[in-house]
Amino acid sequence: MAISEATIDSMLKDLPLPEKMVSVLREDAIKAKVSKKELEEIIDRLLEEYEYACVEPCEAVGVVSAQSIGEPGTQMTMRTFHYAGVAEINVTLGLPRLIEIVDARKEPSTPMMTIALEEEFSNDRDNARKLAWEIQSSHIEHLADVTTDMANMQLVIDLHEKTLIQRDIGIDDIADKLRDGLGATVHIPEIPDNQIVVRPNEPSYRELLQLAKKVHEITLKGIEGIKRVVIRKEGDEYTLYTEGSKLQKVLEIEGVDATRIYTNNIGEIYSVFGIEAARNAIIHEASETLREQGLTVDARHIMLVADIMTCDGEVKQIGRHGISGEKASVFARAAFEVTVNHLLDAGMRGDVDQLNGVTENIIVGQPIKLGTGNVHLLAKRHGLD
Amino acid sequence: MDKIHSMPKRVGAIKFGLISPREVRKMSITPIITADTYDDDGYPIDMGLMDLRLGVIDPGLKCKSCGSRAGECPGHFGHIELVAPVIHIGFNKIIRKILRSTCRKCSKLLLEPAKKDEYLSQLNTLKEIGHLPETYVNEIFKEARKAKNCPYCGEEQLEIKFEKPSDYIEDGEKLTPTEIRDRLENITDDDVRVMGMNPETARPEWMILTVLPVPPVTVRPSITLESGQRSEDDLTHKLVDIIRINQRFQENREAGAPQLIIEDLWELLQYHVTTYFDNEVSGVPPARHRSGRPLKTLTQRLKGKEGRFRGSLSGKRVNFSARTVVSPDPNLSINEVGIPYEIAKHMTIPLKVITSNIDILKKYVSNGRLIYPGANYVVRGDGKRVKITEINSEELAEKLEIGWTVERQLIDGDIVLFNRQPSLHKMSIMAHTVKVLPYKTFRLNPSVCPPYNADFDGDEMNLHVLQNYEAMAEAKILMQVQENILSPRFGGPIIGGIHDHISGMFLLTRNEKNVNKNDALELLRKAEVRELPEPMGYDEVGDPFWSGKQIFSQILPKGLNLEFSAEVCMKCDTCKKKECEHDSYVFIEDGELISGTIDERAIGAFKGLVLDKIVKEFGTTRGSQFIDDVTKLAIRGIMRTGLSFGISDEDIPKEAQVQIQKSLVTAETEVSKLIAAYEAKELDPFPGRTLDETIELSIMQKLGKARDQAGNIAGNYLGLENSAVIMARSGARGSMLNLTQMAGCVGQQAVRGERIRRGYSGRTLPHFDKGDLGAHAHGFVKSSYKSGLNPTEYFFHAIGGREGLVDTAVRTSQSGYLQRRLVNALQDLEVQYDRTVRETRGVIVQFKYGEDGIDSTKSDYGEPEFVHKVVKSVTGKEVV
Repeated sequence: MAISEATIDSMLKDLPLPEKMVSVLREDAIKAKVSKKELEEIIDRLLEEYEYACVEPCEAVGVVSAQSIGEPGTQMTMRTFHYAGVAEINVTLGLPRLIEIVDARKEPSTPMMTIALEEEFSNDRDNARKLAWEIQSSHIEHLADVTTDMANMQLVIDLHEKTLIQRDIGIDDIADKLRDGLGATVHIPEIPDNQIVVRPNEPSYRELLQLAKKVHEITLKGIEGIKRVVIRKEGDEYTLYTEGSKLQKVLEIEGVDATRIYTNNIGEIYSVFGIEAARNAIIHEASETLREQGLTVDARHIMLVADIMTCDGEVKQIGRHGISGEKASVFARAAFEVTVNHLLDAGMRGDVDQLNGVTENIIVGQPIKLGTGNVHLLAKRHGLD
Repeated sequence: MDKIHSMPKRVGAIKFGLISPREVRKMSITPIITADTYDDDGYPIDMGLMDLRLGVIDPGLKCKSCGSRAGECPGHFGHIELVAPVIHIGFNKIIRKILRSTCRKCSKLLLEPAKKDEYLSQLNTLKEIGHLPETYVNEIFKEARKAKNCPYCGEEQLEIKFEKPSDYIEDGEKLTPTEIRDRLENITDDDVRVMGMNPETARPEWMILTVLPVPPVTVRPSITLESGQRSEDDLTHKLVDIIRINQRFQENREAGAPQLIIEDLWELLQYHVTTYFDNEVSGVPPARHRSGRPLKTLTQRLKGKEGRFRGSLSGKRVNFSARTVVSPDPNLSINEVGIPYEIAKHMTIPLKVITSNIDILKKYVSNGRLIYPGANYVVRGDGKRVKITEINSEELAEKLEIGWTVERQLIDGDIVLFNRQPSLHKMSIMAHTVKVLPYKTFRLNPSVCPPYNADFDGDEMNLHVLQNYEAMAEAKILMQVQENILSPRFGGPIIGGIHDHISGMFLLTRNEKNVNKNDALELLRKAEVRELPEPMGYDEVGDPFWSGKQIFSQILPKGLNLEFSAEVCMKCDTCKKKECEHDSYVFIEDGELISGTIDERAIGAFKGLVLDKIVKEFGTTRGSQFIDDVTKLAIRGIMRTGLSFGISDEDIPKEAQVQIQKSLVTAETEVSKLIAAYEAKELDPFPGRTLDETIELSIMQKLGKARDQAGNIAGNYLGLENSAVIMARSGARGSMLNLTQMAGCVGQQAVRGERIRRGYSGRTLPHFDKGDLGAHAHGFVKSSYKSGLNPTEYFFHAIGGREGLVDTAVRTSQSGYLQRRLVNALQDLEVQYDRTVRETRGVIVQFKYGEDGIDSTKSDYGEPEFVHKVVKSVTGKEVV
């Protein structure tokens, strides 16, 4: 006596079970062709077991999570390794990376992007290559030999024709870019081919030498800050890996699949996609770092860390300049770092410590309000009302 | 109801504030005017720094102010009237801000009244939400600073420059503390509020000191040296300096000394008061002791790891604790800890005498402190604590009555806490049941080593004895070892078989086919097994025999069903499951091991699946019993076969050696070919790499492959009859890599992931040519540990080894700090009754813990498999 899907849906509606369980149950129920009675029994059983599996109220989940992430830290390596799969790109891994994540650094030490491409680019190596040149920053040293001509007070730039074609840059583009960037006179002589001459506005050696230095800093093509792009075939599509990360700029490029783009720079994800995305990025980065080291840590712990870092709407550091420095309790802050300043400020402002947290109560010498310390028993005395 | 115990008082809140000069004078018992401490007879001078009214530190004396003895008297403050005001060094930053944002004439905050109201209401909202106003207050100051003229009196504002350590210069003229104080005094209370301060508890002028509180002697106790000389505390020294200068200043001023001298003395007074508060201010030379050691003044007392906050207030010393070396004892249960008699005799538990225990307690008291089990103290009905000695033990036992308290010695069955530092996770402190044993070490079951991360190479551990029933009950329910078998970190068992337990089980369940009755009983003797199963067969004489698998099945709970591939699994392309020819597919049906070998995947700590299932399905008590049984059975199992490892186990046959040599030589020639190509500039660089990087990478690759090959060759000749292979393959200890390094080839030594390059210019050692890129010149160790390393190889190996050591040292400090920060940030989080996770202010961090509210040790319940299982058990239909 199987019941219809609609009945199953109505029975599963508003169950206090996690969504994941409900959706599995829905599929199972349809597959097993359960009767109403059976489904009722299943739901009862699940509810009972779920209740048993839930964390108990008053559990100090924060400390457990902190310890669960901190403890394996001792077993991690210190070294920078190659990114799994792409031997050409170095990525910080292990303990330094984990520290970087919880520090909420604006810029990771080895920023990296994975860029998936739209169909017309991902199937065609040449198109992908083209796109890669759009992204990878090209500087003058990649394209030309620069010689300082002291006698004529000018910089002579001899462009490599082959590279120009390969990277699809025109000589005029380069001249324009140089003109904008240097603010000097740039002209293209008729002979020889592929040459650009740059002259300082005022003929002085200092100017010339400065120009020679500055000319190397100008990005002629691509996105500034992306040092290298590597193309790899992943499955049956070409994917780009970059050294350096500029999410905002890369998203603007035609052909990039914006739904499958990734960067390991959490700060960028926050500024482009917002706080929820940043939270997910923290979870993803931290669990990947731990997993790569062969350490198993339950996702719940990492989630809690990510949540406390992001729950105020901005990515806050775990430490003095973030969560620990913004605690309500004077004692908790003083006992962490920069003790004296916190005490002086508290005195000046006339702060009141409400003694709700752990450290404060330990300092004062009384039981903490967590776990068993948060539960009280009142005994009825007989003979009295 | 003769006696109602008073409820323990709870400190509700602590308020901070600045101390006003009036308050300092009010709480002071005496002004301090003389810089001398003692007179010629060694008697404290009145109104000196050691004035008897400031409190007592010498035992036997009574305080002149309150009449209590040393230890009871908390001490009493005195005060020093400063001749001229000085700046409190800690408030420089805020004084600077206030000066710059108030009018130099009328002292009003340089903001329009409307703006002030707006800021004030913002500040109040911030306070309500519980946010720190700091950043917002800074904004207010910044805004106020912008005004060029006072909006109230129109006075032009001049720039105030601040010079370290505490000079304020306005328009080229130095502001004296008196002038600053006058300005601050004139600020209205309302303006003070807009500056984020509370005028009731902290008026800005109080940040300029006119009177200095002198802490009681109990805060700065002096010590008498052996020579009878008194050595004063650093603070006393500093106070002496302050009083001296203060006096000289006064004398000079009264005598009408020139302005220059007055200013100098004022500055000197400022210096001494500054260093009295903080002796590490940048720009101020630290005040030093005669010996040249910088003085430890107030800030230094509070600051840092050993300071008051982290050292004395957050970390407290305790009584009723013991520490000694640990050693293993597989015959103890995992829940037990062996305690030496010596320690048991010194550790006590207070017990109230009631009718049901008076007899036994009498016995303990009469035993005294020397005969175990005895008692060390009794607390009489009137609250007097009496030490039990050999002389009074009988008498006290006689007098013992209901209502007294006996502090009896530790006995078997008591609950104690056991701990090993570093306490990195909650399993570093667990509750154990006491088992008093001879000898002088703490004994523990080796299965509990993983959570403590203990070994027995001289590790010491701490023991804490609980002092009341509530604590004992809590410890037993929440902290006992068996309640911590599953680690919340990954939801699997962290306690389980290690080393010999695994190799023992491996040997027993893999090879043992013929265990006679005697041996079977011997193996199972210590386990709670009273009956042998149906024998596997009978030998030619007709005696029954059993298999090792059967023996192991005896300690499994009935009703256990499980199948998985063991650690020794060869990972064949198609798994033959139960018919596995390597006997590595474990199949357990109704508590009977049908096939497979028991190894790390089954019973090991971190990985043991059988263990995991038993704990989750049969409860922690059954789980702990299983671990106990496993340890005992495994030890007997390993003793039956024996397992030893020696240098001859690393022997590999001649032909293997030849093969290894051959493969290494080929690798070397390949490397030299690569180098030749590189030198001829014929090498193609990897995309995005330079030529130099490319050659390094390809050489590394080649040599790595060569080492692996050597390992494989050696591994092929070392079978499961080799005890090192048994240990490596079963997961007991070591790896095949370790073994191949011993028998085959050690391989490339690396520093920071690269071949060794440092040393002389162009070469690592003078033994090689300059620019030699060959394998040997850059740390490839061709030899095996057994064959021995040649001198250059040995040297490179030492380099690689040293890097490992440095790495560990750096890592421990880094990860320690990471842990401290994480714990500090997250420690206040708690699951509420509405299942949300909140911190102390009530800010919601998660609406449901981990998105599904499930405890990580019970995470299996959230998996789809669990739903399938329930559906199957109700409907009887397979749904996967």
